[in-house]
Amino acid sequence: MDLATFGVQLLNALQYGMVLFLVASGLTLVFGILGVINLAHGAFYMLGAYLAYGIASATGSFWLALIGGVAIAFVAGLLLENVFIKRLYGRDHLAQVLLSFGLILVLDEVRQLLFGKDVHSVAPPQGFAGTIQLTDNLSYPVYRLAICAFCLAMAAAIFYVVQRTKIGMIVRAGAENREMTRALGISFDTVNRYVFAVGIALAALGGIVVSPVSTVFPGMGDSMLILSFVVVVLGGIGSITGAAIGALLIGLTDTFGKVFFPSVSSILIYVLMAAVLLWRPNGILGRREV
Amino acid sequence: MTPQMSLRAWLVPAILLAIAVALPFVVPKYYVQFASKALILGMLAMALNLVVGYGGLVSLCHGAFFGIGGYALAMVTPKYDPVSLWWSFPFAVGIAAVVALIIGALALRTRGVYFIMVTLAFGEMLFFLFHDNQFAGGSDGAYINNKPEIAIAGRVLLDLDKPLAFYFVVLACLIATIALLAMLVRSPFGHALAAARDNERRARSLGFPIFRLRLIAFVISGAIAGVAGYFSAAQFGFIAPQTLGWHVSATVLVMVLIGGLRSVVGPLVGALVLLGLEEVLKATTEYWKLAEGLIVIAIVLLLPNGVRHLLTAVLGERKEIAPQDVKAVAKVEHA
Repeated sequence: MDLATFGVQLLNALQYGMVLFLVASGLTLVFGILGVINLAHGAFYMLGAYLAYGIASATGSFWLALIGGVAIAFVAGLLLENVFIKRLYGRDHLAQVLLSFGLILVLDEVRQLLFGKDVHSVAPPQGFAGTIQLTDNLSYPVYRLAICAFCLAMAAAIFYVVQRTKIGMIVRAGAENREMTRALGISFDTVNRYVFAVGIALAALGGIVVSPVSTVFPGMGDSMLILSFVVVVLGGIGSITGAAIGALLIGLTDTFGKVFFPSVSSILIYVLMAAVLLWRPNGILGRREV
Repeated sequence: MTPQMSLRAWLVPAILLAIAVALPFVVPKYYVQFASKALILGMLAMALNLVVGYGGLVSLCHGAFFGIGGYALAMVTPKYDPVSLWWSFPFAVGIAAVVALIIGALALRTRGVYFIMVTLAFGEMLFFLFHDNQFAGGSDGAYINNKPEIAIAGRVLLDLDKPLAFYFVVLACLIATIALLAMLVRSPFGHALAAARDNERRARSLGFPIFRLRLIAFVISGAIAGVAGYFSAAQFGFIAPQTLGWHVSATVLVMVLIGGLRSVVGPLVGALVLLGLEEVLKATTEYWKLAEGLIVIAIVLLLPNGVRHLLTAVLGERKEIAPQDVKAVAKVEHA
């Protein structure tokens, strides 16, 4: 493999890992703060992609789809937290798993009613449709580079908010010790609602961003959910940095696995997960006892 | 225990058994097959409940063990002849148990929510393994053209192709499963498992080998799931990778919740209720999944202890058995 091909694969791995990070950071935030395991996270990734298709094909503007999709997901997140999720705080994991499974069934049917079950594709936004010539016979799509740049910016924004702002301080304190934070006068009713909505919006954003480079199909949420779980297991629950490490590891493993070991590439990430479990059962950056 | 109580304790199962035996002779063939399917899924749900209800471990990979049992049968069945039940059955169950041992040994290193995610991920790994590779039919699934049979010297003694014979074999396996599980949860092993669920640190400090206990429960549960999968594949003559997927696991978890977590046969009731409900919903609305999703959400929010407790609450028959958890620890401590 020459250097240019290697570079292209590295870019692919980076782009894949960054999108994974977007989705998985939403999942890990929701679990870290709310203590709720949300299986319906992948369903919002799928809905995001379908919303992008729906809005983009109705208005012809990808940017409108991006903003509209995220806004719809955010509002849906606020509503869902208010109606269902807040009744799960303090309940056991089984209740959380099953309620979110019920949500998946409902959301799948909503998708069926609104968009049907066809496979779609979305055109990349204007100005991002071309390719960049890397060498004489190697080129790279501009939109994929834009995804990398956009996700990096989003990751920087997430890190800034979580590490440097007062809201982020509350979020980190809540993940560390909810009871103590509550005792210090932080009301989690509002924090929970917005964290859940942001988490859902991040999942939908991931779906919207990848819709021009991958097909939009009903089962896409399931595979993304599993991958996000693997990311969180690798990185450690509640840790944004862990999610970033896990997502990049999976991006690299999957992309280079397909190049070097195509026959076993589909199970490589699970082998990676098993290895990390043997080494650190609570994830690379996870705390010892949960 | 008063004589009256022990009479009732025997009478109810005896009546239910009589109904189960008489059923195939009074209902149409379609319902015999439906009943077989319900009993098979009930077996799967009871197996899962050993881990979820008694072990306190929410596993999302039992669909995979179920599917592995079916795939094992599909792969040993020759194209034109039936396979012998004598060796294909233990083979399928053994494979499911070995897979459960490997996944369990890794997943049980984790706790709580990690355990859920890890079992889910390993279950999906098996799904992709069978979906993406051609060795067992790939995404199209595999066919079992001839159902297993028991033959001695060329004479067929038992042919699972006949719905009636199939029903009774499944019923027998179901009763054996109930007996095995009832024995297990009443044994010192079952009490120790429940103690580890209620207070892991305390059980550990009392010297119980938590990891080993849980792993044994997980493997037994996986093996029974394999039994159910073997019969399910034999019934439909077909196995698809979707059977391994986590949607199956989650649906079976719903059955467990409906039936109640602290009972051996509860999940069987849950399976009957959920399958009956699906049958009704499918007949009445095109959007039955929407209705099912809403019902699942309603059950989680309104009936956290399962439908069984709704019945007891309405009938006022028994008091809530909440102190059971405390009792489990106490029993172990006095042992």
